[in-house]
Amino acid sequence: MNNNEIPFWQDPKNRSIVFQVLAFVIVIFTSWYLFSNTQANLQRQNIATGFEFFTQEAGFEIGESVVEYDSSSTYFGALKVGFLNTFKIAVVGNFFAILIGIFIGILGLSRNWMVRTLSKTYVETFRNIPLLLQLFFWYAIFTEILPGLRQAMMPIKGFFICNRGLFLTVMADHPIWSWVIAAFFLGIALTFFANHFGLKRQAKSGQEFPIIIWGIGLLFLFPVLIWLLGGAPTKLSVPELQGFNFSGGYNLSPEFFSLLLGLVLYTGAFNAEIVRAGIMSVRKGQWEAAESLGLSRFKSLRLVIFPQALRVIIPPFTSQLLNLTKNSSLAVAIAYPDFVNIANTTLNQTGQAVEVVGLIMAVYLTFSLLTSFFMNWFNRKMALVDR
Amino acid sequence: MKKLSILLLFTLFSGQALAGKTFKNIMKRQKVRCGVTQGLPGFSAPDSKGNWKGIDVDVCKAVAAAVFGDPKKVEYISLSSQQRFTAIQSGEVDILSRVTTHTLRRDSEMGLNFAPVTYYDGQAFMVRKKDKIKSALNLNGATICVQQGTTTELGLADYFRANKMKFKTVTFENNDEVVQAFVKGRCDAFTTDASGLASERTKFKNPNAYMILPEIISKEPLAPAVGHGDDQWFDVVKWTVFAMLAAEEYGLSSRNVDKFMSSKDPKISRLLGKTKGNGKALGLNEKWAYNVIKQVGNYSEIFERNVGKDTALKLERGPNALWTKGGLMYAPPLR
Repeated sequence: MNNNEIPFWQDPKNRSIVFQVLAFVIVIFTSWYLFSNTQANLQRQNIATGFEFFTQEAGFEIGESVVEYDSSSTYFGALKVGFLNTFKIAVVGNFFAILIGIFIGILGLSRNWMVRTLSKTYVETFRNIPLLLQLFFWYAIFTEILPGLRQAMMPIKGFFICNRGLFLTVMADHPIWSWVIAAFFLGIALTFFANHFGLKRQAKSGQEFPIIIWGIGLLFLFPVLIWLLGGAPTKLSVPELQGFNFSGGYNLSPEFFSLLLGLVLYTGAFNAEIVRAGIMSVRKGQWEAAESLGLSRFKSLRLVIFPQALRVIIPPFTSQLLNLTKNSSLAVAIAYPDFVNIANTTLNQTGQAVEVVGLIMAVYLTFSLLTSFFMNWFNRKMALVDR
Repeated sequence: MKKLSILLLFTLFSGQALAGKTFKNIMKRQKVRCGVTQGLPGFSAPDSKGNWKGIDVDVCKAVAAAVFGDPKKVEYISLSSQQRFTAIQSGEVDILSRVTTHTLRRDSEMGLNFAPVTYYDGQAFMVRKKDKIKSALNLNGATICVQQGTTTELGLADYFRANKMKFKTVTFENNDEVVQAFVKGRCDAFTTDASGLASERTKFKNPNAYMILPEIISKEPLAPAVGHGDDQWFDVVKWTVFAMLAAEEYGLSSRNVDKFMSSKDPKISRLLGKTKGNGKALGLNEKWAYNVIKQVGNYSEIFERNVGKDTALKLERGPNALWTKGGLMYAPPLR
């Protein structure tokens, strides 16, 4: 027998295999036990199981929805409304939270004491108050302070604010508007393309490409052209008091608006700190190098510092995107019909707790995984590439 | 975290697996666990000393009196309308006495068994007097506050659909939040059971500024419920309620029940356990009904002291009168 040979139990490789098998068996056994036990209990009490309720009539109304819905729709339809409402708040909320984060984060590095202090005050205030309290605060402004429907304030003509929310004047329905919006998005894509092309040309010939002028042209003139082609409709839809409510215009409900404000200001404060930290992580030499090339302070930030800072910023930003999405489930407290809200109602009307709670977890997991997936891709794209 | 919550959810349901029947558990624990509201005066709400009071509370007390001969052996667990069904399904409470409407789906799919109705109610609307709304049919286009996951939420949608009217809902899980939203002017109307409206109005600073519209738009028979799977326990709860109705019908109350112990009327002898048999059939002490009547009272006493004319709610008996007085309250023979 060779002295160097290790006994079976002392070989770390074997040991790790044994422990992993053991852990696996315990996990499988526990889940089997819990599953069969739950199944047996539900059956014993004759409680309905499964997802058949999806196709049954929901029978309840939902305060706001981005798709067609009424009480004769199915539970699936109701859950879809909740899902889309969560999606809406997540997209709009994250958009503004990132904007605020970048803006306030950069201000926090200003050479001006006043600007720097204001930025810091904002960050420390909103970061340190629990989000739920902030939501209650914003919602209370609507319910406690703002006047009733009939005494609605009108700070600008056609813009009303009262305890039923914000009422905005918008363009009246016309088929051309969807084309104008499409043109705007096409403009964004074309601007990216032009920028890419411009940079390439600059690398070759050193000639600077006037991207800002091109961008304005593509983003604004193009949609305006489409609008003119469509007959230039100018009809407005103005909110008008009629019966119990304003008719016409666009209504931002107090629930949606308070939730948006709360989430954006809270997450924005964290984002600002991330941006500030990211920019500070770029070595001073980079600023000096940019300056010595004759770049202005803003141009150094945009072309030299920020792209490098982005590598530090993106990973924690991903967490914040996820946080905002998950925190949006606090909507329940202020009656915004998000996914959790609708799912809770469904749970209560059908009594199928296991299925509905499982569904809630699955939906948030999907949201989170999709966001992570996208951000990881973005992160890889932005990461330092060895040339 | 996710794994943990699944685990918690499963253990919630598995808790009952080996423990056997509800009734046995109650005897072992020497306490009835009673699921009540988070505070609805007249039905279940703590008074200034922290004692739970109300019709629903008295039902639980009566059940404890029937089982243990002691109405104090109750543990009150306050539940939101959302938590209530999970609480009874998982066995967290033994009896759900929480202004819960008896419906087909709840009786079947949700795994509940409903005892006799303890309060016949119907859904109504409350509005501000200054809005000059005279009928529920004037509510087209209104914003309405309603509690999430209730039969009222469904009844509201049904009523507006049937009358081809439009409305917007604002829903909260917690009843107090619904009421606050209405009082603060977020909604034009607030809807729940008519008794609930009367009860909530007692809490308002200025109750006279509000009015309840005349329409009763749905049937809301409120009844205590137990979980599927323990028939004996179901019988005990059911006949406790019937005993209180029978007592009122025969003229027995907590004040005079002792005098009736010498009564020659065979119906009364059976009810009070002098003629033996009823107690044994239910698995209780023969004096179970006597204890209920002596320690808690008959139905009329419970009604009057919690929601009757001398209380803040000032409710009439209406359909809750005995069948002999034109109401719907009726107990089958206790024999």
